[in-house]
Amino acid sequence: MELLLAVVIGSLYATGLYMLLRRSVVKLIIGLGLLSNGSNLLIFTMGRLVRGRPPIVPEGESSVPPPFADPLPQALILTAIVISFGVLAFALVLIHRAYQKVGTDDLDDLKTTDT
Amino acid sequence: MDVLLAVLSGFLLAPLAPWLDRRLGKRWGWMWALVPLGLFLFFLRFVPALARGEAFTRRVPWIPRLDIHLSFHLDGLSVLFALLISGIGALIFLYAARYLEGHPHRGRFFLLLLGFMASMLGLVLAENALALFVFWELTSLSSYLLIGFEHERESARSAALQALLVTGAGGLALLTGWILLGQIGGGFEITQWRSQREQLIVHPHARWALALILLGAFTKSAQFPVHFWLPNAMEAPTPVSAYLHSATMVKAGVYLLARLQPIFGTMDLWGATIVPVGAVTFSLGALLAVRQSEAKRLLAYSTVSALGLLTLLLGIGTPTAVTAAMVFLLAHALYKAALFLIAGILDHETGVREPERLAGLRRAMPITTVAAVLAAASLAGLPPSLGFLSKELFYEALRAAPRWPLLLLGNAVLAGMALVAVAGLMGVRPFFGRERSELQFLHEAPRPLWLGPLLLGLSGTIAGLWPAGVERTLLNPAITATLGQPAHIHLAAWHGLNPTLLLSALTIAGGVGVYTGRGIVRALAVPRVLARFTPSAGYAALLNGIFTLARFQTRVLQSGHLRYYLLTIIAWTVGIVGYPLLRRADGIALRRSAPEHMMDIGLALLIPLAALAAVRFTSRLAAIAALGVVGYAIALLYMIFGAPDLALTQFMVESLTVILFVLVFYRLPRFATLSGRWARARDVVVSALAGGVVSALVLSVLEMSPPNVISEYFVHKSVPEAHGRNVVNVILVDFRALDTLGEITVLALAGLGVYALMRLRVEE
Amino acid sequence: MRRGRIEHSSDVHERGAPVPSSEWERASMILGVAVRALLPLLLLFSIFLLLRGHHAPGGGFVGGLVAAAAVALYALAYGATAAQQLLRLSPRGLIAAGLMTALASGLVGPLMGAPFLTGRWVKVGHLELGTPLLFDVGVYLVVIGVTLWIILTLAEE
Repeated sequence: MELLLAVVIGSLYATGLYMLLRRSVVKLIIGLGLLSNGSNLLIFTMGRLVRGRPPIVPEGESSVPPPFADPLPQALILTAIVISFGVLAFALVLIHRAYQKVGTDDLDDLKTTDT
Repeated sequence: MDVLLAVLSGFLLAPLAPWLDRRLGKRWGWMWALVPLGLFLFFLRFVPALARGEAFTRRVPWIPRLDIHLSFHLDGLSVLFALLISGIGALIFLYAARYLEGHPHRGRFFLLLLGFMASMLGLVLAENALALFVFWELTSLSSYLLIGFEHERESARSAALQALLVTGAGGLALLTGWILLGQIGGGFEITQWRSQREQLIVHPHARWALALILLGAFTKSAQFPVHFWLPNAMEAPTPVSAYLHSATMVKAGVYLLARLQPIFGTMDLWGATIVPVGAVTFSLGALLAVRQSEAKRLLAYSTVSALGLLTLLLGIGTPTAVTAAMVFLLAHALYKAALFLIAGILDHETGVREPERLAGLRRAMPITTVAAVLAAASLAGLPPSLGFLSKELFYEALRAAPRWPLLLLGNAVLAGMALVAVAGLMGVRPFFGRERSELQFLHEAPRPLWLGPLLLGLSGTIAGLWPAGVERTLLNPAITATLGQPAHIHLAAWHGLNPTLLLSALTIAGGVGVYTGRGIVRALAVPRVLARFTPSAGYAALLNGIFTLARFQTRVLQSGHLRYYLLTIIAWTVGIVGYPLLRRADGIALRRSAPEHMMDIGLALLIPLAALAAVRFTSRLAAIAALGVVGYAIALLYMIFGAPDLALTQFMVESLTVILFVLVFYRLPRFATLSGRWARARDVVVSALAGGVVSALVLSVLEMSPPNVISEYFVHKSVPEAHGRNVVNVILVDFRALDTLGEITVLALAGLGVYALMRLRVEE
Repeated sequence: MRRGRIEHSSDVHERGAPVPSSEWERASMILGVAVRALLPLLLLFSIFLLLRGHHAPGGGFVGGLVAAAAVALYALAYGATAAQQLLRLSPRGLIAAGLMTALASGLVGPLMGAPFLTGRWVKVGHLELGTPLLFDVGVYLVVIGVTLWIILTLAEE
């Protein structure tokens, strides 16, 4: 499964980076979404892949009996998901406002601070 | 009063200077001279004890972990310098108050001058090499600001920058040298290095350390071939030239050589480097001086020459040479500061800067004339001045030099002749001869202006007549400190008829010849080819080269196109991460901890396909839908591999993202294909490579992933310590709650950013 | 019936002929009724997620997102202004309250002589109430606040 996931992560990085390299500013947003998904999956896979054993202590026990999924990457990714939502919103609005103001979506026309 | 306070007083007073100077008013500017005067008296109190052979150390920890201390060492050498700095400083401050009377920025001038004085005192008194370096750089910095004091003039600005770049580069070399020595010796206290000199100088790195330190000393003391900054520094107001660029700061390099002489004096590199550099600077400076027409530039080149002589003598390092160096140091500080101040008086009173255009001023300015004649006599080495004594001594030292005595002596006689001509130009030419009619309404300079030169000129003569006085109190302790052993030197005004006296007479006679024939010396044309390769042309070429490189690099790297920056970052990362992955000989073995199910394979195929679709679709709606598919599929993966919290969150965020896109996306421009075919092909290759590298990275990390100790800890402590069974949640709200607090703050800021962008409209 | 800002959604049909308004009104009516029924349920579910988070999947982040989604749906159906009125407290106020709650939960530790953000618990009968729960409530409020702030700001545009 790790091999499969490695390929999946690689494909998310490749497509995300390709979109980031486009001149059309809207495509950047799509690229950002793909890349953040890829990064989250990367951190997730770097932990341990354990099927169906969430790190939740059964009632009455003091610890999770192994094997269990690594809780630390999960905690990292959980906040990352929410924050990337905030970042995505901010980027969308920034582009929206810039487009309103300048009337172009070509990054080559957004090189200077003069409008 | 404490030494620490004495050094720091200048720094403490400096920030107040602009305000205080305004309060004092222009008539009371002389009050500033009380600060250096007080310091002079403070250091004078140490003289009797030093003459008895005592030394004082005061140590205040500064950054003890790095072995940096504010430690000060008072011995004959440092106190001689401290007395020169504060004593000449008092006269300069007095002079400057009158010279800049009514100047709108006199307060700022005193700020800088006080700062410089404090730095210079710190430099000569510092015992810790790194503290010394800090003060060293502070003197460079204050010199920069003072040369550029009249910053409206372009020439002043570029001269200031030149001085800063040259001495600053030397300063960095010095720092590197210090650090090397610190590595070898295991500390930064100079006395400690002195006690372990035997081990120090045989270390293979000692040569490098010394070479770097010498580089620092040479740049600071304007040795050939980096002497050119000093004449250009004459853009500074005259009191600055007199103080920094003749009497004190430029001697910092010489001071350093004297300080290190007991440590490195026996190394081959010491004499082999310092002696030639000093000798060339000595004669070249003197010859170039004669060719100048402006008084200040003339004096600047003669200062270069004097610094060369001091360097040369310390390079020779015999007891006679060190004695000659110390006597000459004192003599030069006295007469050169006086001559600079006189040049300032001439400029101030007549508005003429070239001595050749002045004559017969003795009637209008009798006191200035006396001061000038006394100082010039010392420069020319005429008896009974201290200059005469020092000339006798250094001829003797050169005659007895262990290497190339005849060459050095000839060189010195040549330089001496040129210096006699310089003395004639400064002490005779403006004051004697027939009075010029256009200059007849002149009168004597005000008292604060002539007081300094007169006192300095007189001290030089008195010291020459009665050398035993300065010898016991100032010179002997300084020579002892430099040699590292007691010196028994007896100076006398009259040495009797000997070959040295003959040489002196020859020098003076030759000097009179040079003076009368100076027209010829000046007319000698420097060959064109040589003019193109002067050190200052080299400096200009270097500077231009740096600018050209910077422009080129900016043009290439700073394109202003986001995608080129990204492309550079991605390509570079692919290179440096991919290369070691490729180099791994064993390849990447696969660890199969989780076997595949049909469901996983389906998802794993779906995600790349959906991602590819998001790239390929030309409709925005379709692309967003494809992105959504990627997100939901990953949420399912989280679900399968034991992360229900992640799955839930991802589902919710994906849904909210859809709402977000619905609200905004259709007010955004449509997708457009703006890049050309080639650009797209290049980006496909680069991003595919990047994806491949990430895949390989994941596999190789998985292969070596060690047991996660932190996770184990969290899992075991979750119930007993945090009373929670969902470990992920416990990490978020308890174990790492501070991180989460930061994250929700970031989230709040993102919301604020969106609100600000949408609602707050900048006025058109 | 009120259509609110739902017009934006009509853009969804790219480049095509304008959609007959009656169809959209019918669609939004269905949405409106559904939202009315779902809203209390979703809000309750979000609080349930928040409270069980310490022991089972859930927590402040997910709970907050669910609650925000519920209100966002309401905004889609009835307009941003109506959603704003429903909230009573402005999103900005929610964020401030959330950050303050999280901060306050952290200050309990120092008041009892322990470092900042140290967990403290009191047993009320069978229930264990602790500062981590209070902290999670803060997270919950911030997440609702930020999400709604963004969505309502955009919806009002």
